[in-house]
Amino acid sequence: MTLPRAAALAGVTAVVLAIGAAIVLTRPAPRPAAKAPAAPVATAAPAGRKIKARLFYLSDDGMHLTSVERDVPFAEGADQARELVAAQIAPVAEPLLSAIPTGTSLRALFITERGDAYVDLSHDISTSHPGGTLEELLTVYTIVDALTANLPAVQSVQILIDGKEVPTLAGHVDLRQPLGKDLSLVQ
Amino acid sequence: MNLRSRRVVSLALALGFIAVLAGHLASQTTTPVPLTVLSKDGRRQLALTLVGDQEFVGVDDLATFFQLTTREDALGALTVSYKGRSIVLTVDQPLASVAGRLVALPAPSTRAGRRWLVPVEFIPRALTLVYDTKLDLRKPSHLLVMGDLRVPRVTVRYDLLSPGARLTIDATPRATSTVGQDSERLTIKFDADALDIANPPLAAPGPQSLVQAVRVLDAVTLTVDLGPRNAGFRATSQPVDTTMRLTIDVAEAAPQVPLPPAAPAAPAPVAPPEAPPALGPAVATIRTVAIDPGHGGMDEGAKGANGTKEKDVTLAVARRVKAALETRLGIRVLLTRDDDRDLLVDDRTAVANNNKADLFISLHLNTSRRAPVAGASIYYAAFDRRAEDTANAAARIERVPVVGGGTRDIELTAWDLAQTRHLDQSRSFATVLEEQLRDHVPLAAKSVDRAPLAVLKSANMPAVLVEMGFLTNADQETAVIGNDFQTTFVQALSDAIVKYRDSLAGAAR
Repeated sequence: MTLPRAAALAGVTAVVLAIGAAIVLTRPAPRPAAKAPAAPVATAAPAGRKIKARLFYLSDDGMHLTSVERDVPFAEGADQARELVAAQIAPVAEPLLSAIPTGTSLRALFITERGDAYVDLSHDISTSHPGGTLEELLTVYTIVDALTANLPAVQSVQILIDGKEVPTLAGHVDLRQPLGKDLSLVQ
Repeated sequence: MNLRSRRVVSLALALGFIAVLAGHLASQTTTPVPLTVLSKDGRRQLALTLVGDQEFVGVDDLATFFQLTTREDALGALTVSYKGRSIVLTVDQPLASVAGRLVALPAPSTRAGRRWLVPVEFIPRALTLVYDTKLDLRKPSHLLVMGDLRVPRVTVRYDLLSPGARLTIDATPRATSTVGQDSERLTIKFDADALDIANPPLAAPGPQSLVQAVRVLDAVTLTVDLGPRNAGFRATSQPVDTTMRLTIDVAEAAPQVPLPPAAPAAPAPVAPPEAPPALGPAVATIRTVAIDPGHGGMDEGAKGANGTKEKDVTLAVARRVKAALETRLGIRVLLTRDDDRDLLVDDRTAVANNNKADLFISLHLNTSRRAPVAGASIYYAAFDRRAEDTANAAARIERVPVVGGGTRDIELTAWDLAQTRHLDQSRSFATVLEEQLRDHVPLAAKSVDRAPLAVLKSANMPAVLVEMGFLTNADQETAVIGNDFQTTFVQALSDAIVKYRDSLAGAAR
């Protein structure tokens, strides 16, 4: 074997190995769905018990979120997160205005040991979204901040749609990684 | 044929060639440049005869050209008539009588055999008085313009600036021009019927200069060849009295940083391992800009109440930006899409990354559930701390073997973290753009902001996303599809790129 050919073969082998390693290394963090949720399954909470939670709605100037303290049913572990998201995406009456498109429902929610919450929402959050960077930021951070601002155990949030990872909701905000708490949009 | 006879033939051929050449040169020196006559019918030539320093034209040629009739009388006078109006010439007199009025000529009319010769000034001084079409003699450029043709006199001046160079191209009377670019060649096309211009318009400034040649391409077009050290150009035009002045400023690329002198060999301590080159971008100018018209195809983006689609407006504005940057600034512009089609986020940045664009600008339109919200805003990328740490840890130079032997250093950057290295420059450009947009288009309350936007994160160059306005605001929906808004926006964006480019050049010095 000539030297260049050996070098070529070595190069090709290295590329194949590198691609293989990249595939292994860049796989998403272990899908919570594949393993038991880290948080213990909630036990039945005493009927009617509530927590005070900060939920987020559009500010009057339309450029921000404003936090509103509301009662949310108490639950334990991941169920508390589910209750929070359910309350956050529920339709609201005037004068409140939600940045979550009408019809959006929560399909599933898991929290990893690292504190990454995976929030699986129905496709309405994308298909009924009006678009635009501002509205998309407000929609995404409504969900992200509803969890991270109320549950210290949740460090970051990744939104899934119909069970799948998506690049964006409407072409702007990167949803390919979990997003951490960001209250800069909150008035 | 023997050797001797071959030598004789060669000598004869050489002498013959020299004789032909000499004859050719001699004829060139004695035959004056003919007069080029420009009319609506095209371009024709009228022979001139040089006597001393004075150029003469044959009356018989004039008669053919202008449908004149001539009549010579026994007293040595020649009557030239056109549609009943007459001019009388007298041999050896520097005068012409036009309808009883005497007109001075710079030299007497003469006869050469049977031909009458009159000074060429006869045309503008005498003939034009009886002719029914304006006759405009441009003597220095040997042009005669018949009728109302637009033939501006065009002059070209080249000045060295520090740094850079300037071409000043004056067209008198005013004629507008458009500047196009094909690689390193600019074409300047005038809105005129012909040009009154020296050829070549400019003496060659030299092989190392920023402008290497200016040439006449056709009746109304000049070409300018830029030198290899050019870093783009900017063309502006403005009227000065009766002149339209086109100024082309050619930027000069920052000189290459010379390598440090070799270290003395003698008491060299154990050399530390060679540090990898800095990872920071070495952008010193803006040669290529990637413009990304947001959305497209099935993804229509935002929609206005009157049906305006974001994808259409972003494409229209992007095309205008391309035209403006390429013709006015000489910057190569890549559009991530130039038609109505779907494009993945990563494919948008791939266009910019793979073509080594120096700047990436994604164009969008915003929405709000609150209808009054209006104004443009500029975003640059945000990463969470974990991602930035990952990027810093991951970015490295790796030496890899090259097929055929040797090694090559390659720079490894995670695709979706590429922007982490350019955040400072992205913020700088966002700030410059905001300054240029302010006072020209409405700005949102927080007009420069950071956000984790997918299309910016993988851009391996300074990158911003511009939300030009709100389609959910009725006034803005009308405005953003209008010529006024788009022209103003594109102008401000062009100005911002110039300012940003200047700031890079300033920093490089």
